Amino acid sequence: MEFISQHPVLVASIIKIAVLLVLLMTALAYLTWLERKVIAHIQSRWGPYYVGAHGLLQPLADGLKFLFKEDIAPPVTDRLVYTLAPFIAFALALTAIALIPFGPPSVAFLHGQAVFSVADVGVSLLMVFAITSMGVYGVALAGWSSNSKYPLMGGLRSSAQMISYEVALTMSVVGVVLVAGTLNFNEIIGGQSGPFWHWNIFGIHQGGFPQIIGFLCYLTAAIAETNRIPFDLPEAETELVAGFHTEYSSFKFAMFFMAEYANMITVSCLATILFFGGWLSPFPDSWTWQEFLPGAGLVLLGIYCAYDTVTEMRGMARIQLAVVTLLCFGAGLICLLPAVAAVILGPFWFVTKILIILFFYIWMRGTLPRFRYDQLMSFGWKLLLPVSLANLVVTAAWIAFGWGKHG
Amino acid sequence: MSVPFLLFFVCGVLAVTGAILLIWAKEPIHSALSLILVMVSLAVLYLLLGAPFIAAIQIIVYAGAIMVLFVFVIMLLNAGAEEHTDFSRLAKYVGLPLGVILIFWAAYWLLRSPAGGGGVTGGLIAGPDSTQKLSKQLFQQFLFPFEATSILILIAILGALVLARKQE
Repeated sequence: MEFISQHPVLVASIIKIAVLLVLLMTALAYLTWLERKVIAHIQSRWGPYYVGAHGLLQPLADGLKFLFKEDIAPPVTDRLVYTLAPFIAFALALTAIALIPFGPPSVAFLHGQAVFSVADVGVSLLMVFAITSMGVYGVALAGWSSNSKYPLMGGLRSSAQMISYEVALTMSVVGVVLVAGTLNFNEIIGGQSGPFWHWNIFGIHQGGFPQIIGFLCYLTAAIAETNRIPFDLPEAETELVAGFHTEYSSFKFAMFFMAEYANMITVSCLATILFFGGWLSPFPDSWTWQEFLPGAGLVLLGIYCAYDTVTEMRGMARIQLAVVTLLCFGAGLICLLPAVAAVILGPFWFVTKILIILFFYIWMRGTLPRFRYDQLMSFGWKLLLPVSLANLVVTAAWIAFGWGKHG
Repeated sequence: MSVPFLLFFVCGVLAVTGAILLIWAKEPIHSALSLILVMVSLAVLYLLLGAPFIAAIQIIVYAGAIMVLFVFVIMLLNAGAEEHTDFSRLAKYVGLPLGVILIFWAAYWLLRSPAGGGGVTGGLIAGPDSTQKLSKQLFQQFLFPFEATSILILIAILGALVLARKQE
């Protein structure tokens, strides 16, 4: 106990990192499940269905498969770099999420340590960009060290693409920084408080300028940064087999896979914080009934699961879905307790907004074909960068001349 | 032993190790990786000094942009292992002692400085509102040198472009 009171920051950080890691790993696993389900339904299929009710145990089966598969490495690789690359990719993808505030800093434990963010440095936005800008090494080094044609092409493509789109990505958020006047996430979110049209994407308040163009540039550049369709040139399977991770198998491949999904979550978190008010509620604070939304949502989900259990499921699947139903009802009832409801509201809105953006990501993948490489480059440099620069200039002029201020 | 001290020690050792490996490594990619290690360790040292802005910029500019280009070019050229020459006699008998003397001389003067070696840059880059302070200095007091440097860099970029273009 004495140790805890002497080192509150250390102890609180370790607890928060452990909890975040467990939650994040679960989220990554079920993001793959969500993606497969949504894509399947877009293409009129069922998606994973047999491992667990509605394929709910599929991520677990996939993870075990990756763990126990033989780790085959080509004998002619650069051993050190080949092994290091997936670790770099995965570690950096996870580190960036430590800077994200999932809820208001006012909720605290252990002598005033904020519960919902692991690290609150003064310049959190720059720090996230610093960490994600290193992410390209994972892909580039994997491509180089495999000592093989296709991975090298994938690695080269990926470094060129990520350098190009990083410029546009950074430029598109400078507008938000100008409006907010700070680089700190909590202050950026605090500046958007009030009704939902105060969010930076709408920006209709004193001195603000709508960042809708900035958001569109950000979203496009972010999809390219995370190597997702329609910008997944580094792993275009019709041209490059599997791109930079062709020579990787077993858990090393899984690490690249998880890094990609963790990066998706990071850029969605950033979009939420910068443009959609982070953990702020879209409703005015006076609507106190919104505190019961998380609980009510979970109970509704439980009711649907119960209906499904009784009408659709047979055998083992019925028992599994019954457990899910009970979990939903239990969690929902806990969230309905007034003490819990007040705390859970910030993270609830944050996660809801992230889920909407992630759904959009998956929707894109189910809808759009892949760009050609020259189209990708000319789009990034000749359209995206000038538009985000123009957005920056207009926002800067708007703020400098005070056009948004009335009277 | 406090946590910051431990971190300082670890990152200092990592930075020096990276710098030595940078020269030692035969493979160009290994050299580039060692240089990245040096830069990231330095960034952590900046963080420990209470200058998060400089730390972030250090990683974004050096590790995230310049070194990515280095790695990119090495990959593009697929450069093989370097050939190391032996120490030249001049480097061995004059260079090494001079280097050692330089290190101790710099350490001596840093320790003698009024802030006791810790705060060379004073309150300019450290502290929670360091970003504001730094930008005020950069865009008010040092505006002319700042803009002049920017134009210099622009000219350098244009020069590189002209040189790289094929003659018609």
